[in-house]
Amino acid sequence: MYEQFKARAVGVGAEVHRVTTCSDAVEFVLSFLKQEGIADHPGIYAVWAQGPFLDAVGREVLRGVPGLSFEVTRERAAQAKVGISDMSFAVADTGSLVQDQAAADQRLASALTGIHIALVPTSNILADKTSLFSRINPANSRFIAFITGPSRTADIERVLTIGVHGPERLIILFVDELGGEKR
Amino acid sequence: MKREFKASINRALNDANLTGALGKFSEAYKVNRTKAYEGIDFEDLRGRIAEAKSGAACHLDEVAETFRMNAEALGAKVFRTRDPEEVKQYILKVARENGVKNVVKSKSMATEEIHLNQALLKEGISVAETDLGEWIIQLAGQTPSHMVMPAIHMTKEEVAEIFSKEVDERLDTDIPRLVKVARNELRPKFLAADMGISGANIAVAETGSIVLVTNEGNARLVTTLPRVHVALVGVEKLVEKFETVVPILDALPRSATAQLLTSYVSIISGPTPNDDGSLKDLHIILMDNQRTDMAKDPKFKQALQCIRCGSCLNVCPIFRLVGGHVFGKVYTGGIGTILTAWFDELKKSEEIQGLCIQCGNCTQVCPGKLDIPEMIMEIRRRLVLEKGQPLVQKAIFSVVNNRKLFHGMLRAASVAGKPFTSGKFIRHLPLFLSELTDGRSLPAIADKPFRDIHPGIEQPKGKEKAVFYAGCLIDFAYPETGVALVKLLNKAGIEVVFPEEQTCCGAPALYSGAYEVAAQNAADNIAALLEQDAQYVVSACPTCTVALAHDFAKTLEAVGRTEWLDKARILAGKTVDLATLVKRLVDQGRLSFQEGEQLGKITYHDSCHLKRTLNVSEQPRELLQQAGYELEEMFECDMCCGMGGSYSMKLPEISAPILKRKLKNIKDTGASLVAMDCPGCVLQISGGFDQDGAAVRVKHTAELLAERLKD
Repeated sequence: MYEQFKARAVGVGAEVHRVTTCSDAVEFVLSFLKQEGIADHPGIYAVWAQGPFLDAVGREVLRGVPGLSFEVTRERAAQAKVGISDMSFAVADTGSLVQDQAAADQRLASALTGIHIALVPTSNILADKTSLFSRINPANSRFIAFITGPSRTADIERVLTIGVHGPERLIILFVDELGGEKR
Repeated sequence: MKREFKASINRALNDANLTGALGKFSEAYKVNRTKAYEGIDFEDLRGRIAEAKSGAACHLDEVAETFRMNAEALGAKVFRTRDPEEVKQYILKVARENGVKNVVKSKSMATEEIHLNQALLKEGISVAETDLGEWIIQLAGQTPSHMVMPAIHMTKEEVAEIFSKEVDERLDTDIPRLVKVARNELRPKFLAADMGISGANIAVAETGSIVLVTNEGNARLVTTLPRVHVALVGVEKLVEKFETVVPILDALPRSATAQLLTSYVSIISGPTPNDDGSLKDLHIILMDNQRTDMAKDPKFKQALQCIRCGSCLNVCPIFRLVGGHVFGKVYTGGIGTILTAWFDELKKSEEIQGLCIQCGNCTQVCPGKLDIPEMIMEIRRRLVLEKGQPLVQKAIFSVVNNRKLFHGMLRAASVAGKPFTSGKFIRHLPLFLSELTDGRSLPAIADKPFRDIHPGIEQPKGKEKAVFYAGCLIDFAYPETGVALVKLLNKAGIEVVFPEEQTCCGAPALYSGAYEVAAQNAADNIAALLEQDAQYVVSACPTCTVALAHDFAKTLEAVGRTEWLDKARILAGKTVDLATLVKRLVDQGRLSFQEGEQLGKITYHDSCHLKRTLNVSEQPRELLQQAGYELEEMFECDMCCGMGGSYSMKLPEISAPILKRKLKNIKDTGASLVAMDCPGCVLQISGGFDQDGAAVRVKHTAELLAERLKD
């Protein structure tokens, strides 16, 4: 299913990677932030929304990274180049990510930034919406968000253009070690 | 038809940008949509959507109340109203109470429907549309021309012009750059807004949730950043169960833009926290505006199954020529015609309903299973009931309802038409058919109608008998098609009888909304065709076949002549189109064609009624190949040729370019022969080639097959 997901997600313009352990994932993110020139300066901040991944690895290992903040305010997110958040599920047949985003910082980090890095437990790849709908329930998630590829429009002459209001890059990082069902 | 309306059609037709953009899009759409639906059982999918949505429409009030209770239990404020005025007052009240100065909106057709922006602006509240297409048309001071792609009618040059004014800087036409300008301009508006207004694609009663589907991500910002969120939801968006979200999400993006899923789907259930930790002030307005009345109307109830994907626009041969600004007001295209008649008023749809050529393309792709052409016919009928038939039409139909007079006039036309005839074509028709078309000749009325030829044909007298229903065109213009039909059936040992009392099938009257006339035609034909005890009633005209097999009963029922219903059903049961019958006879080994000869390339044109109402498309193709032709499929083989009965006379400016496109597609195959199964299409296409001058022969399949019968 990973391969199917990857093909679909890449098909809609997402970038898909996979690592084994959480520390591999940390390394991936840190080297990415470096590469993008993230620094403590408006416009090139990075924000990381609280979620299962941070719970698992702890913030300590990430302290002192220049420009990276865990306090996702609207001002900070609007000035961020990179936003990092968790996603609970991946849906293979459409290449979509799904998460409970009732917490505002989750949406700010994934909607206002230029690049969105999504961390997903590899074991939570589901076949399709039907299997997804047996796992999500509006009674316990007030804002269920599906994200499929980066923000796009074709409103001018039907020419597909990426990154209109939301992120122009969606980087999906599957982490094998995260495992288990996360909310 | 009013002069301004004709002028708006001509403007649209001469707008190369518009017709170019729409034409290109509709061609690509067909291919992409097919790909998006690969591996999906579309019939099953739309069956589930139609069932769920019609279930909700059956008890709208209850479902809306369940939604209200469940959404309120989560902390949302729900306001239900029938009246669009009250919607505006409610939103203004919420704005006042919250000191709202700036509103950002995510695309919502319901707010277009009630002209909400003007109401907000009048109160001094600034409003920014944030969907790129909506923002473009807002800046341009226009209305959307397509439900899903509001600015599809505009070029990048026009957009650059508009944006340049807005940012006071000369911008060039680089589209990614223009999109970046929009992002930069709208970002501060999002951050400063104190109220976000959205629509909803689905509202789930069971959970009190609304579902928003977007690609740009603007709905996520509209529902996240401002403290107040108002969602304006037409009650037709209600479904009972959460599980119904699945099939709608399966179909909506695939049908709208051929995407497997849009970039973003948001399921919002009650207020969420704002970024300062307070809880959002969430208002959900359930708006009725005629929808309950629509749900109670047996003919229009199905319109509530619409999921607003816009695919009826994408496949409409008329829409792609004239675009949305001619075809509807707020809601455009086929569904727009229906919604205009209801949400606005019946007479507002008077002109646009006439644009529908009844080709049925939209019924084939509709994920809500709406029969849009049928509803448009009903609008026609009600307009006629309300206003009466135009005088000229009335005069024509009074003739059509008197078989002897009607046939007498057709016979007279064959004589009167002589001075105007050149070969097989009349270039100027006399009598009531005199308002003629550009780009197409009409057939000459035959010297001897089929009804006079028939008695002279010697036939096998056996047990098996078929009644031949000819229809006016075959009887009076193309008797050779009738002769071919008799030859084919005779060869299989079937005697063909021709009841003299048969008359017009009523389609012209029906498609003009003159149901009383059509019902009389139906009754006369039922009596004539059932008099003979025959196994089949066969026709070589799909429009007539549809009349016999589908329309007679419906029409008679609509005008309350129920005493005819049983007989109408018996007739319907016996009716078969020629291609289907011949195919059956060939498969049974009762008919066979000469062998060993290569007849060369042929292409086939699908007639709207045969392909889409009668679901017959393979039979004629197989028969033609069995008869020795090599089939070369043409591009858009099943796209309407622009005939549409009297349509080509009422709207020649639209019919002509549709025909031109068809002629080009035929010529592009390189075949010198095009076959079809409808005498109306033969009339249109052979008339077109007569003026076009290309050496392409146009034939009814029956004739091609009859020529190839084994001796």
